[in-house]
Amino acid sequence: MWGYVGRRLLQLIPVFFGATFLIYFMVFSLPGDPIAALFGERPPPEAVIQTIREQYHLNDPFIVQYFYYVGGILTGDLGTTYSGRPVSDLLVQAFPITFRLAMLALAFEAIAGILLGLIAGLRKGKFFDGSALVVSLLLISVPTFVLGFILQYVFAIQLGWFRTTVSAGAPLGDLVLPALVLASVSFAYIVRLTRASVSDNLGADFVRTATAKGLSRRRVVSVHILRNSLIPVVTFLGVDVGALMVGAIVTEGIFNINGVGGTVYQAVTRGEGPTVVSFVAVMVIIYMLANLLVDLLYAALDPRIRLAK
Amino acid sequence: MRFNRIGTAAVGLGLATALVLTGCAAEDDTASTSAEGIITTNGSEPQNPLVTTNTTEVGGGKILTSIYAGLVSYDAAGEISNEVAESLETDDSITWTVTLKDGWTFTNGEAVTASSFVNAWNYGALITNAQSSSYFFDNIVGYTDVNAMIDDPAGTLDEDGSVLQVPAPTAETMSGLTVVDDQTFTVELVAAEADWPLRLGYTAYMPLPEVAFEDMEAFGENPIGNGPYMLDGEGAWEHDIDIDLVANPDYAGERVPANEGVTMRFYATLDAAYADMQGGNLDVLDAVPDSAFETYETEFDGRTANQPAAVFQAINIPQYLEHWTGEEGELRRAAISRAINRDEITEFIFQGTRTPATDFTSPVIDGYSDELEGAEVLEYDADIAADLWAQADAIAPYGDTVFDIAYNSDGGHQAWVDAATQSISNALGITAQGKPYPTFADALTDRAAGTLTGATRAGWQADYPSLYNFLAPNYQTGAGSNYEGYSSEEFDNLLDEGSVAPDVETATGFYQDAQEVLLKDLPTIPLWYANVNGVWGDQVDNVVFGWDSVPLYDEITKG
Amino acid sequence: MPSNNLSTPGHFVADLSDTPIAAIDTIDESEKARSSWSDAWDSMRVRPMFWIATALILVILLVSLFPGLFSHTAPNSGCLLPNGNGGPEAGHPFGFTRQGCDIYSRVIFGTQASVTVGLLATLLVTLFGAIVGALAGYYGGAFDALVSRFGDIFFAIPTILGAIVLMSVLPDRTSITVALVLAIFAWPQIARIMRGAVIAARSSDYVMASTALGVSKLQILVRHVVPNAIAPVIVVATTSLGTFIVAEATLSFLGIGLPPSVMSWGNDISQARTSIQTAPMVLFYPAAALSITVLSFLMLGDVVRDALDPQARARR
Repeated sequence: MWGYVGRRLLQLIPVFFGATFLIYFMVFSLPGDPIAALFGERPPPEAVIQTIREQYHLNDPFIVQYFYYVGGILTGDLGTTYSGRPVSDLLVQAFPITFRLAMLALAFEAIAGILLGLIAGLRKGKFFDGSALVVSLLLISVPTFVLGFILQYVFAIQLGWFRTTVSAGAPLGDLVLPALVLASVSFAYIVRLTRASVSDNLGADFVRTATAKGLSRRRVVSVHILRNSLIPVVTFLGVDVGALMVGAIVTEGIFNINGVGGTVYQAVTRGEGPTVVSFVAVMVIIYMLANLLVDLLYAALDPRIRLAK
Repeated sequence: MRFNRIGTAAVGLGLATALVLTGCAAEDDTASTSAEGIITTNGSEPQNPLVTTNTTEVGGGKILTSIYAGLVSYDAAGEISNEVAESLETDDSITWTVTLKDGWTFTNGEAVTASSFVNAWNYGALITNAQSSSYFFDNIVGYTDVNAMIDDPAGTLDEDGSVLQVPAPTAETMSGLTVVDDQTFTVELVAAEADWPLRLGYTAYMPLPEVAFEDMEAFGENPIGNGPYMLDGEGAWEHDIDIDLVANPDYAGERVPANEGVTMRFYATLDAAYADMQGGNLDVLDAVPDSAFETYETEFDGRTANQPAAVFQAINIPQYLEHWTGEEGELRRAAISRAINRDEITEFIFQGTRTPATDFTSPVIDGYSDELEGAEVLEYDADIAADLWAQADAIAPYGDTVFDIAYNSDGGHQAWVDAATQSISNALGITAQGKPYPTFADALTDRAAGTLTGATRAGWQADYPSLYNFLAPNYQTGAGSNYEGYSSEEFDNLLDEGSVAPDVETATGFYQDAQEVLLKDLPTIPLWYANVNGVWGDQVDNVVFGWDSVPLYDEITKG
Repeated sequence: MPSNNLSTPGHFVADLSDTPIAAIDTIDESEKARSSWSDAWDSMRVRPMFWIATALILVILLVSLFPGLFSHTAPNSGCLLPNGNGGPEAGHPFGFTRQGCDIYSRVIFGTQASVTVGLLATLLVTLFGAIVGALAGYYGGAFDALVSRFGDIFFAIPTILGAIVLMSVLPDRTSITVALVLAIFAWPQIARIMRGAVIAARSSDYVMASTALGVSKLQILVRHVVPNAIAPVIVVATTSLGTFIVAEATLSFLGIGLPPSVMSWGNDISQARTSIQTAPMVLFYPAAALSITVLSFLMLGDVVRDALDPQARARR
């Protein structure tokens, strides 16, 4: 097993360079001159623009810019934003907050989603199943920018159960409401996935066997049905970790969270190569670790599965 | 190989714990709670370190005007009064003698002297410092020396294949600035400018202490000023979160704070700031998001402001487009202008938070007029519009060409562009539609390169309260923000005559004449002035908004 | 599936004559061997839900192809600002948008773009993702590593960056480009789900049995593994159809979706957000149209999934 993990970790290296190269190229091909746009509709003298372009190597060809960046990384320098802040400061500021938010959302969608999906699957076609469908439909059809706005208005402004926006330092209590909003669509997916798997497995031989063995219903459901239904759900959760982190642009905006999504969004619209690339590089690593974890969990969930061939 | 299940679970758990632990490490960052007498308000993360000559955006500007005092300051109406200046004297509007008041100090104890101003201005103008406000000094003698550029000796070519220009100043300081003694300096301008003192309350003209020049970037993180407020110690500026300002006990001017301080929380979206205002986490909000246009006045009954501000919004139709030159272009521009129902759009889209335009400046500026000759071209009349359009079609038929209005879609412009194009379509019977660009940079590039396919949105927020600041940068031949390349000798001459006029009243006359030229040519089609919309909580009183849309923080009382 | 030979000494064993083994063992040589796929069709067509879903989807497709049949009002003619956010009146059953346009006709005419985005993106993602994921999960090894890491890179690219770059490279912003953008950044999700399900299925006894019988690897994958692994893919794909349509709304909200000249539910939802407090119905109608579309595809997905699952079929 450790050999397998080791090999997977080694794959990080080519992926890291592949991803940074690709992203740098994409940022490079963004339309418009990022430096000219820094000044809004008040262009400074051309000299000022040239000086800044020189400072960020923007007059060099793409490949040269990329090597400046990689060279910087190797010496521990991730570059600076156009406002002169070290990108490493932004990383240290944004990732912990986003990570807590994403974990909270993940916990919520995993626990509530699996539970609801399980009950719906066991009672397929019954009232509960129907209600679960309606709830999932609602969550799918209402965009986050509407749902977040409504939940914020009702639960934070009208009822006062939560703080309207996340205060400095992003304490966990403030993150509950944003996490709920962030988790909503994935929650619908988890409910649907669990329900489908559970209803598939209801008639499986091992379930009949377990029931025939005289195991309690509770044990049949929790050990045999649920465990065998979790593989697609776990896969989905693994993929979702990243989506929750970088895809939180809208949620972060509504609740004023200084997280990864908003930072990357801003850096993209400003054409700030080093910032975008550094964040994406960290995201790639998180994806790979999450997916590694999922692959290891496969073997834990289903003893027949062998990973390394 | 078969996995040991317990081992796998342990790995998983280990990873998860490690990640959660790193996640929690940042939590010791304690929330800043607002103390008694401290006003909390909205702001946005400054784009750059807080350096007076390198801040041209609103987020940083609001902070700088609070922590610095310049030669003059503006009141709510935009009238200037001397702040650090004892007097500003001139005989010919070219050479100015500036005398400073006694007793002004920076918060580090250093006295504010003539050198504090002269050094700061020289720093801002020197090309190698690449300060965004450097052009504010371009009317001072010697600016061209400190701002000179030459072709790159290494022969580097830029994208178009022409040789790159590199900075090559021939002097470090501007010869037009002379320190006479600690309290006096003289300024020699390139040309006469009667209303030059009007500019001097702008952030670019603030004084800087000696320590700033040692390391300007580090200084910008913890700036030291001489204004009514000062930063609350080292690290008062928490990036992306907030900045804490407290009253400066040594402040020697008239803007003495009636409160203990101001905390500006930074917001990425106005919606979030408004939600915090509703949730009682803010005392003052200086703008209202469009989702609340209809409701804010009932929700914060009696605690709102809605007044015109020094923000002019328009659409420009470049001269280089087919059908938009010469007499045909003049007719078509007038037709478009008369086809846009400004009253209806400001009422139904903006819910009265915009004021229809009657000139090219703003109602808060001295010299604003709603009686300019030819201003009727700004009034909606579908019949006249159709008639003008038909006259133009008689010169050269327009055909099926789509009339588009370019805008950057990250700026919340879609609703009014859609309404304006609809109004144009309805009146002229042509296809008019919005053309969104994903980012501001993208839209600006097409404007700067002269490759627009139709009209573009345009806007101007004044740096200092003067007609000249609205007109010169936008419409003077070759001016910086004159992206669409308008050029009119008549207009340029009137502008020049205005700037050398012996007094402000005479100057205003010339500037109004110049605008009448614009009303004929319509290089820009004025739409409306953006209002300042503010709301405040019941904890605070005496909230007044200044000409620059920023509340006069020093006058607000709390508790 | 695990085999049933659990009989251990001491257990009751039925008399051979009680079990009609002979009857079961008889093979009718004249009947064609049935694949899982044709079994599925037989089981689907007897279910009412299948026909309800199909009928709904046909109507939606009809509306998107021929909107003119369903609305006499041209969607953007006669928009008058004073009608903005107005309630229903004669000839305008759903009322008016913020721009004073007829909501009903906009919802009808917006169907095309929204359904194109949803369907096309789902099709692309499902086809590509499922094929790649199935191969990666089934063959494993270097191919799996390559595909999975490639997916990691793609998934880590912020959609917003990809969207802006692609939108500015491509000449037009249409529903097809939006679908393309969404698909390019969403396929790794389906690929991973398919891969996981295939990994689970390939370890099953019937796969080993088929291998022992000498069936070719690719045949096993197509005939036995995929039908048993497709269920989660169908669930995610039908759900994604809805989220893609909503994603288009979010892209519009961020200013990089369809241009306003293209009518779509997403554009209307994102425009209606600002008046959600004062005129919620403006947002309700396009969102409801979206919900009905998602519901019909979810229902169809459910039926197809049940049909492909041999055990669920046996239970009915």
